[in-house]
Amino acid sequence: MADMNHIAILPILVPMAAAIANVVLGDQRSSNRIVGLNIAFSVISLLVAALLFTVLAQSGQTAAAVYPLGNWPVPFGIVLVADRLAAIMVLTTSILSLAALLYASARWHSRGTNFFPLFHALTMGLNGAFLTGDLFNLFVFFELLLAASYGLALHGGGRNRVRAALHYVAINLVASFLFLIGVALIYGTTGTLNMADIARAVPHIAAEDRGLFEAGAAVLGIAFLIKAGSWPLHFWLPNTYSSAAPPVAALFAVMTKVGFYAILRLWTLVFANSSGPDFTFGQNTLLMLGVATIAYGSIGALSCKALDRLASYLILVSAGTLLLAVAYNAPGVTTGALYYVVVATLAAGALFLLKDVIDQILPAEAQVLAVSLELYGDEEETLDEDEEVSRTIPAAATLISWCFAIAALVMAGLPPLSGFIAKFAMISAALGAENAPSAATWWITGALIVSGLLVLVAMVRNGINIFWTSLPEDGVLRLRPLEIGPIVVLLALCVLLAAMAGPAMGFFAETAAFIHAPLGYIETVMPPGGAP
Amino acid sequence: MELTLALAIGVLAASGVYLLLRPRTFQVIVGLSLVSYAVNLFILAMGRLRMDAAPILSGAEANPADYTDPVPQALVLTAIVIGFAMTALFLVVLLAARGLTGNDHVDGKGN
Repeated sequence: MADMNHIAILPILVPMAAAIANVVLGDQRSSNRIVGLNIAFSVISLLVAALLFTVLAQSGQTAAAVYPLGNWPVPFGIVLVADRLAAIMVLTTSILSLAALLYASARWHSRGTNFFPLFHALTMGLNGAFLTGDLFNLFVFFELLLAASYGLALHGGGRNRVRAALHYVAINLVASFLFLIGVALIYGTTGTLNMADIARAVPHIAAEDRGLFEAGAAVLGIAFLIKAGSWPLHFWLPNTYSSAAPPVAALFAVMTKVGFYAILRLWTLVFANSSGPDFTFGQNTLLMLGVATIAYGSIGALSCKALDRLASYLILVSAGTLLLAVAYNAPGVTTGALYYVVVATLAAGALFLLKDVIDQILPAEAQVLAVSLELYGDEEETLDEDEEVSRTIPAAATLISWCFAIAALVMAGLPPLSGFIAKFAMISAALGAENAPSAATWWITGALIVSGLLVLVAMVRNGINIFWTSLPEDGVLRLRPLEIGPIVVLLALCVLLAAMAGPAMGFFAETAAFIHAPLGYIETVMPPGGAP
Repeated sequence: MELTLALAIGVLAASGVYLLLRPRTFQVIVGLSLVSYAVNLFILAMGRLRMDAAPILSGAEANPADYTDPVPQALVLTAIVIGFAMTALFLVVLLAARGLTGNDHVDGKGN
């Protein structure tokens, strides 16, 4: 058991070592050895995440690796807690990060300075945010991942990126200040920053402090909602994501999920604590915000002619779906949401990468048309000079259109792929939950089904535009294996998750049951008998 | 003292928010700095205001009631460092935007 606990810190240490190694070795973009080293680091990080996942999967439903940093006893020191929810998120991040890194190492990494160290720092911040069990430490990891993401959002330079990044940095700085105010209020009323300790202390808060505590939680919630891209706090998202370099945007797909994760973790832990009167704190607000986000995202998706903007709006749709699932606060719905978060993240990442591949093969006049149609700026990259590097793959057009079709089916939630299974699980659990069907049940059902239809329409229209009207008729398409490979793998994982839906759902259901029984988490982190 | 501190936080936050909503990037960054001062003072206040009390316990038989809460002070230190670094980074982006768009409007439009 003691050995197992050490695994919890590895997903943070490996990317950190990678970032440091890159800084030490210097920014040698053209060196194949550096690229190979970075891919190796990313593979190790994926292996570590997979190890954490399998260890937790094999050792029972309530197993969690608890790692007190510096071996300080729990409520006083900072603690890392890797339970199954954290392990799922870390594994998803690592898969997406490896895919994006492989894609970037084909050519995008050399478009600007210091791509690899920033990339690993972002992965480290993401893993840390998922693993930490301390509220202030969560803030520190948030800042880490944001600092890296500012650099990555600017990767490649150009007017559009700088303009989008300016908004992105300003909004996230304000969000960080709100985060700090929320944390300070919670510390002022509960006297602790450890999440498990807060959950334990909440029922004992004096009645006159209750209002302050709830104000703190609400401010903290707003900070998370900004990161999660919830309506009406999401206006930074489509611009930033669609102007970022494609591999960066693919990794950004997991960043909104950090907001979802933080809300899920804190709300189930702190506010669903059955002894408190706050079982439904903010539930209705979250529900309304979720519906509004889905509506805005779907309508935005319909309005898009460019695939990268469409993918950004799909991120909003999935953020809204996840908010709805958190607001519903039932284990069955959370099960579906966990399945959905994995699938939607992988598919959205694949879509951002796919957009770049399609951009490369579309004839230049179609590109000019698309840009002038979109009127949101000028793409300043000259198309690649190293055309001879690419290799001809037979039936490349077929491969790309299949990838697009799979991504569309997953994002829209049509059978037989995993998006459908996730949405079906959420709706059926919502209908079967206690005191259902209530108004919330119909909202969640309606929002999921209608958004699926709108997303499908948007994707089909884009697909027709790209594959039936714009692709060269005669042309032999050129693709780099290093670029199409990660896309195929990401989408294959989505298909695989659909094929293995039974065992996967069983695992997610156990995870959801653990999330919704906060006493288990509290007692794992702070055993009643004393130090762990 | 409570009133003074509360007024200081309030005035800093209010001026900061006003400047944040202005259209020039320089005003935005000054606003961000003011808001960060307000937030830092606010975190400090959450440890309860104490005069003439040290944050570090000395000796085993010390009475914790004679000391002030050290945790918010540690948090403020971290928050100052992070806030300062992020503001510096924002300054770089601001300069880049000024160079690329030729004006200092937050949307790069201006007149």
